[in-house]
Amino acid sequence: MKRFIGFIKKEFYHIFRDKRSLFILFGMPIAQILLFGFAITNEINNVDIAILDHSKDATTEEIINKISASKYFTIKQMVTREADIASVFKKGQVKAVLNFEKDFSKNLIKEHKATVQIITDATDPNTANTISNYVNAILQKYQKELNKDITIAYQIVPETRMVYNPELKSVYMFVPGVMTIILMLVSAMMTSISITREKELGTMEILLVSPLKPFQVIIGKVFPYIFLSIINAVVIVILSIFIFNMPVQGSLFLLALESILFIISALALGILISTISESQQTAMMISLMGLMLPVILLSGFIFPISSMPMPLQIISHIIPAKWFIIIIKGIMLKGVGLQFIWKETLILLGMTVFFIALSVKKYKIRLE
Amino acid sequence: MKTILYIIQKEFKQIFRNKGMLPIIFVLPLLQLVILSNAATFEVKHIKFGYIDNDHTSTSRALVEKFNASTYFDVLTDFPSEALASSAMLKGEVDVVLEIPHYFERDLQKEKYIDLGVTINAIDGAAAGVENVYVTQIIQRFNQHLKVDLLQPSDKLVQPTNIDTIPLFWYNETLNYKTFMVPGILVLLVSMITLFLSGMNIVREKEIGTLEQINVTPIKKSQFIIGKLFPFWVIGMGLLTVGLILARLIFNVPMLGSLVLMYLYTSIYILVILGIGLFISNFTDTQQQAMFIAWFFVVIFILMSGLFTPIESMPRWAQIVTEFNPIKYYVEVMRMVMLKGSGFMDILPLLLKTLLYALIMNGLAVWSYKKTT
Repeated sequence: MKRFIGFIKKEFYHIFRDKRSLFILFGMPIAQILLFGFAITNEINNVDIAILDHSKDATTEEIINKISASKYFTIKQMVTREADIASVFKKGQVKAVLNFEKDFSKNLIKEHKATVQIITDATDPNTANTISNYVNAILQKYQKELNKDITIAYQIVPETRMVYNPELKSVYMFVPGVMTIILMLVSAMMTSISITREKELGTMEILLVSPLKPFQVIIGKVFPYIFLSIINAVVIVILSIFIFNMPVQGSLFLLALESILFIISALALGILISTISESQQTAMMISLMGLMLPVILLSGFIFPISSMPMPLQIISHIIPAKWFIIIIKGIMLKGVGLQFIWKETLILLGMTVFFIALSVKKYKIRLE
Repeated sequence: MKTILYIIQKEFKQIFRNKGMLPIIFVLPLLQLVILSNAATFEVKHIKFGYIDNDHTSTSRALVEKFNASTYFDVLTDFPSEALASSAMLKGEVDVVLEIPHYFERDLQKEKYIDLGVTINAIDGAAAGVENVYVTQIIQRFNQHLKVDLLQPSDKLVQPTNIDTIPLFWYNETLNYKTFMVPGILVLLVSMITLFLSGMNIVREKEIGTLEQINVTPIKKSQFIIGKLFPFWVIGMGLLTVGLILARLIFNVPMLGSLVLMYLYTSIYILVILGIGLFISNFTDTQQQAMFIAWFFVVIFILMSGLFTPIESMPRWAQIVTEFNPIKYYVEVMRMVMLKGSGFMDILPLLLKTLLYALIMNGLAVWSYKKTT
C-alpha cells in the first residue's frame, strides 16, 4: 500500500511539474465553453435573401417590408431577371430568392389568389427548409390580416406548452453537449498516452521490474487525472450556471457523482487505448481521430439520435457520451433523480468496469 | 533538391513502417465518412407521441387517428392520466403529449372553438419547433375536414384571399442530407488527419531527441521542413481522392463543378493546415501538448465552420472569428463546386483568402522554427 501511494505521488509530481501542459489543460476547456456557449446556435437569424419582384405594386412592397422587418431575414439585393438567380446562388451571396409573380396585387383582388415562389439554395437542406417555413409563416400572418372579416367555423386550436426549455434556447442543448465533448476527449487523451509515453521514452522497463501489480500501475496512473478532470468539470459547471444561466433543477450532488462516473469511464477508455498502442502518436491518433467525430455526431449532441437509421442508433449505444448527455440533461433541465436515470447510470458503470478489466488484461508485463 | 527527395523518402518509409498507424491514417477516416455521413440529419421523424383522451368520442378518436396516420409520429401511447404522461416525459419515453379535454366533442359542437393541450419536450429547441409545426399542421387539416363534415346549411361561404407559396429547393430538391453532409465530413477528415500528423511530427523528434541529430547535418531548414511536410500533403490529397470516389459511388453525391478546381483549392488549403501544424510543433515541448493544442483548434474550427450550425446566426464577433477558420472556407468551396457547380470566378475570393492564409501561416511557421531550435 505504501509503495502504491508512493507511485501515485510520483505521478502527481510528473503532471504538476509540467506547467505548460497544465495551463493548456485548464485553459482550453474554459475558452471553448465560453466561445461555443455564446456563438453556437441552430436557430436561424439574419439570413441573406434576394427579391425578384415582377409586380412591384403596393401589396408586394408591403410583404417585402414585413419580411425585411423580421429578425430572420436581411434583404441583401434585388434581382431583376430569372436568369440571375443561379449566378447569385453560385457566388454564395444569398440563401433564398423570393419571386413574386406579375400582377400580384391585381390577381389577389380579382381571383383571390396570387403566387410567390420561395426559391432556396438547398445545398443546406435544413436552412432551406427553415427559410421556407419562416417565409410561409410571415405570409400566412399577412393573409390572416387580409381575411380577418371572414369567420371560419369549427376551430381546434392547439395550446402548445414547451416544457423544460420554454424559451427554446439552444444554449440548453449545446452546453451539456460541449461539456460532454470536453470531458470525454480531454480525459481520454490524457490517459491514452500515459503508458505509451513510458514505452516510448524507455521508462517502461523500470515500471515492469517494480513490484507493483498491473492493476496498481493502472489505478495509480488514472488517479491523478481523475483529480484534474474533476476540477475541469467543476469549472465547466460553474461557468454554465453563472454565465449561461443553465438551471440545475435536480441535485447538484447527483450531478457531481454522475460526472465523476463519466470522467472515470473516459479515463479508463484512454488507458485501454494506451495499453494497446505502441507509440504516443498512435495513441493520440486513436483517441482523437477515433473518438472526436463519433462523439460529436452520434451522441445526440447536435443531431437527434431518433432520426438516424437503425444501424447507427445501435452504434450510438456504445458511445458513453450518449448516456452522459441523457443524464446531465435529465438532472440539469428536467430535475430528475436517480430513479429516472438509473438505467443510463448502470450502462456507464458497466462500460467503465469493462474498459478497466480489459486494460488490466491487455497490460503486458513484458516488453516485446 | 536531391536532399529534399531523400528526406521525403525517409519520411514515407517511417510512415509505412509504423504498422499501427497505417489503418488509422487510411482506413479510419474513410470508415467514418461512410458511417457518420448517415448520422448527420436534422430531419425530425419518429417523434415519440403520446395522448390522454379524456373524451372518448368519435371526434377525439378521429383526431388521434390523424396522428397515427402521419409518418412523423411514432409509438402511440394512451396515457390514462396526466401524471403518468409527465412521468413518461421525464423518463424520455415520450416527446409530445396531446391532451384532449373532457366534453371535447360536445363543446366543439356548441362553441365551434376549442383549445387543445399539447406538451412538447423542448430541450432540443430546434426539434421542438419542428414538432410544433407538425402538430399544428395535422390539427389544421383536421379542422378543414371538420368544416366540410359539420358545415350547417345556414353557414354562408365567403371566399378567403390566398397567397400561394411555391417552395422550390434548388440543387437538392429532395432535401437529402447526405448530399450536404458527405462533402462536409470529407473536409473534416482531410483537415484532421493532416493537422494531427503534421502537428505531432516535428515535436516528436524533439521529444525523442532526434531533432538535434538532424540539426547537426548540413540540411537547410527549409529543405527539412518541405521534406517533412510533403508526405502529409500527399496523404491529404490521397484521402480527398478516395473520399470523392466513395461520395460518388456510395452516396451518389452530385459533382457538378470541375474536379480540377477542387484539387487546385485543396492543394492550397492543405498548405494552410500544414503551416498551422508546424507552428504548433514549434511552440510545444511534447507530443501531448501539441495534440491538446491541435485538438483545441480543431474543435473550434469544426463547430464554428458552418457545417452543423449556420454562421449567419452567430453573434457579430463570432462571425469575425470564423473569418480565420480555414475549415469554414473549405466547407464552403467544396459545397459550392460540388453541389452548385460554381466556377473559378465564383470561388476566386475564397481561393485568394486561402492563399494569403497559407503564405502567412507558413511564413510564421518557418520564422518561429528558426527561433526556437
